[in-house]
Amino acid sequence: MGKKQYERPIINKQYSGFMNKFGNATVSQPKTEIENIPVKDLVAQYGSPLFVMSERVMRENQRNVARIFRTRYPKVQFAWSYKTNYMNAVCSVFHQEGSWAEVVSEFEYDRARRLGVQGEHIIFNGPDKSTEGLERAIREKAKIHIDHYDELYELIEITERLGLTAQVAIRVNYDVGVYPKWDRFGFNYENGEAREALKRIVVNKKLKLVGLHSHIGTYMMSPEPYRIAMTKMVALANWLKSQHHVHLEYLDAGGGLPSHNTLKGQYLQAEEALPALDQYADAITGPLFELESYGDSMPTLILESGRALIDNAGFLISTISALKRLSDGKRAYIIDAGINLLFTSFWYKHKLVPAQATGVIKENASVFGPLCMNIDCIHEDISLPAMKKGEHVVLFNVGAYTMTQWMQFITLRPSVVMIMEKGGVEVIRKGESLDYVMQLEQTPDSLKKFSLV
Amino acid sequence: MNIAVTGLNNVDNPAPGVPVIRAIKESGEFSGRIIGLLYDTLEPGAYLPDVADISYVIPYPSAGLEHLFQRIAIIHEKEKIDVIIPTLDSELNGFIKLAPRLKELGIATYLPTADQLTLRAKDKLADFCKKFDIRVPKNILATSVQDLYKIQSHFEYPVVVKGIFYDAAVVNNLEEASTAFHKLSAKWGLPIIIQEFITGDEYNVCALGSGSEMIGAVAMKKMYITDKGKGWSGITIHDPSLLELSKKTITALQWKSGLELEFVKDKETNEYYLIEINPRFPAWVYLPAAAGQNLPYALLQLALGKTVRPFTTYDIGKMFIRYSWDWITDIKEFETITVHGELNHG
Amino acid sequence: MGKQKISSSLALSENGFLFLPTTGETFTVNEMGKLILKYLQEGKDQQSIVDAITEEYDVEAEDLQRDYLDFMGQLKQFQLVVEG
Repeated sequence: MGKKQYERPIINKQYSGFMNKFGNATVSQPKTEIENIPVKDLVAQYGSPLFVMSERVMRENQRNVARIFRTRYPKVQFAWSYKTNYMNAVCSVFHQEGSWAEVVSEFEYDRARRLGVQGEHIIFNGPDKSTEGLERAIREKAKIHIDHYDELYELIEITERLGLTAQVAIRVNYDVGVYPKWDRFGFNYENGEAREALKRIVVNKKLKLVGLHSHIGTYMMSPEPYRIAMTKMVALANWLKSQHHVHLEYLDAGGGLPSHNTLKGQYLQAEEALPALDQYADAITGPLFELESYGDSMPTLILESGRALIDNAGFLISTISALKRLSDGKRAYIIDAGINLLFTSFWYKHKLVPAQATGVIKENASVFGPLCMNIDCIHEDISLPAMKKGEHVVLFNVGAYTMTQWMQFITLRPSVVMIMEKGGVEVIRKGESLDYVMQLEQTPDSLKKFSLV
Repeated sequence: MNIAVTGLNNVDNPAPGVPVIRAIKESGEFSGRIIGLLYDTLEPGAYLPDVADISYVIPYPSAGLEHLFQRIAIIHEKEKIDVIIPTLDSELNGFIKLAPRLKELGIATYLPTADQLTLRAKDKLADFCKKFDIRVPKNILATSVQDLYKIQSHFEYPVVVKGIFYDAAVVNNLEEASTAFHKLSAKWGLPIIIQEFITGDEYNVCALGSGSEMIGAVAMKKMYITDKGKGWSGITIHDPSLLELSKKTITALQWKSGLELEFVKDKETNEYYLIEINPRFPAWVYLPAAAGQNLPYALLQLALGKTVRPFTTYDIGKMFIRYSWDWITDIKEFETITVHGELNHG
Repeated sequence: MGKQKISSSLALSENGFLFLPTTGETFTVNEMGKLILKYLQEGKDQQSIVDAITEEYDVEAEDLQRDYLDFMGQLKQFQLVVEG
């Protein structure tokens, strides 16, 4: 007869007012499979830590958001926010779904072009565009979103010099009642700066004003600021139409829609606290019906969503390297993925669950990453069942801003795989090697030799 | 008829669960079982034999909705719950989102919409009131300590510093404001609300809205307030202007469910300022029932889809005097609830 | 290592609920915790506890030793065991 299953002994002191065990009995349902592929197999084949992207979830998110907006407004165009995740395979998924590219640097611009996106399908945002970058964007008819006057002056100079016309929009910032105000990007609405900039553009024959752009913030927890921003944008569009006879091709509402990650300092779980996407869509599209004299050729609504489309399509598998006790007796886990891979854990409480079946009794624990630094803490307080060295955990909602903000500090960045919608797993970025990291380094001859005694 | 009620935490900052149950049971028309839903193993209502027939521990709202739902589904299998009445602010968002799924299980609720909840949120109340011309103290929102420096330019000290869900402190200078800011934001998150301090007496109205109309409202003046700011005794009063103002507010909100309106009557001008709308019945909700408006029972009727005629009067001069009482039990009951998560008084 | 004795007044119920009458503190333990406490109450020493558990459960003695010591550390922290 087989022996009984063993689970490490646990003792918990009872405190009133603390999370009760019925409160979290189901909190960490183990995540043993991702898209029907056992976590164990993924680790065995691709190592740990490991980023796993789900093609299916990305496509579903994109189709779902598209449906929500298109049922409210007929002309909607998405532009994939490269900075959220610019892995080629990821961008291609969104381009296959019909999204343009939204880039904020020349590096991203070049990535999009190399991937095969035409200039006219690129929205070029950002406060730091070089002369060469602007020249290329003008030649390739990318949509240049002007951030400040110096950029506007430079565009006027370049288009004169090249004898070419630039497709432009301006980024407008508004007081939408949220703090901090994002007034460092674009031209201000309330103080009249935006109208002044637009006046200069419309009188210039080499600048074709095609749209207006706004991006009011990130992880917006309320739809109302969008309504305010879009109302003001529509007022600008109406003013352009009546005063300057400008018929805009598009209004760009930017991004900033939240994902289901819970922010630190947020008491309620995100899924509970956040309004539904429908409410955001109502707030964004509602004001568009106040556009005047557009007749049948309404402008396209452009959305630059990133996080909301990809966060929940990304998982990070990590392995428990060690268990220890802190000085006060509290359980601590050290795992092989830290803030080097999860920059986002500075502001999110990433959901973390065991990747194998566990007992039901939980203990309060801290979860630390592998870096030799005090700040490398993924969870200060999380209730977890007994796990042991060598077992795995899965972190959720890590699709956005991880693979673009990760850092190569004292270790190598791991592989990224994608679970394909039609089955199978593909490596979309190989784990780094020492050679890869060192290939750009050059050591002066005089420093090549040393002897230690 | 099986009715589940949350918030049996009848301690010095009492939750409304126990008085809601008491009102329903004493309606004279109710027959059925009461199921207590607890967040903590020491909620007194679970131990008292005459409150809930059986009590279950459920997950904290902050543990995530899916877990709360799963737990309720398990309890529902055993208890066949007809209606759930959540009584705490912090769980409302979650129950509103779960309501359609609960309905599929056959469990009714009677809740405001998420939009209504947002309109009256502490950080939005001033905007709502301005729109409907309801007098309200000035306020600003603080998301960082830097924002506290704005106090000087907007207000004169003292000011009230409020957490987004619970708790408030009256502070007299920047140092105190900063202490309160840290304390409240650590507990309840951001933003923190800084509100003008209106000097005057506090008046409270316990009411019920059906979405289209005000079903009932009872006004109360607190007679004794604990150091935690809780009314420990109070008396029903008659002031048509206060009830009229309540009606205006509830109608503007199109509020569906129980609620409590808190007003301060400015000592100088005798005008009422709406300082807060709590999106659930207050802990003194048994007083309205005793005074002739059994609002919890009316809410139950509405939840079951029945028509309820609005109340028009109530007894003036009815008082409540809250008292504490040491219930004696054995460690066995505590063990049962700790280990099994339920306690049956069957 | 000195022999460790479990606090004699500790009341351990079948439910895995612990009550320490001298301090009024209460605790919960999982199945394995309960078993080890029971053995300790019976006066078993570390070796015989490890033997008994490895006999019945699917666990290597080495792993169990490690968990056992960790668990004893916890008991000590909660002042449920004293050096005897």
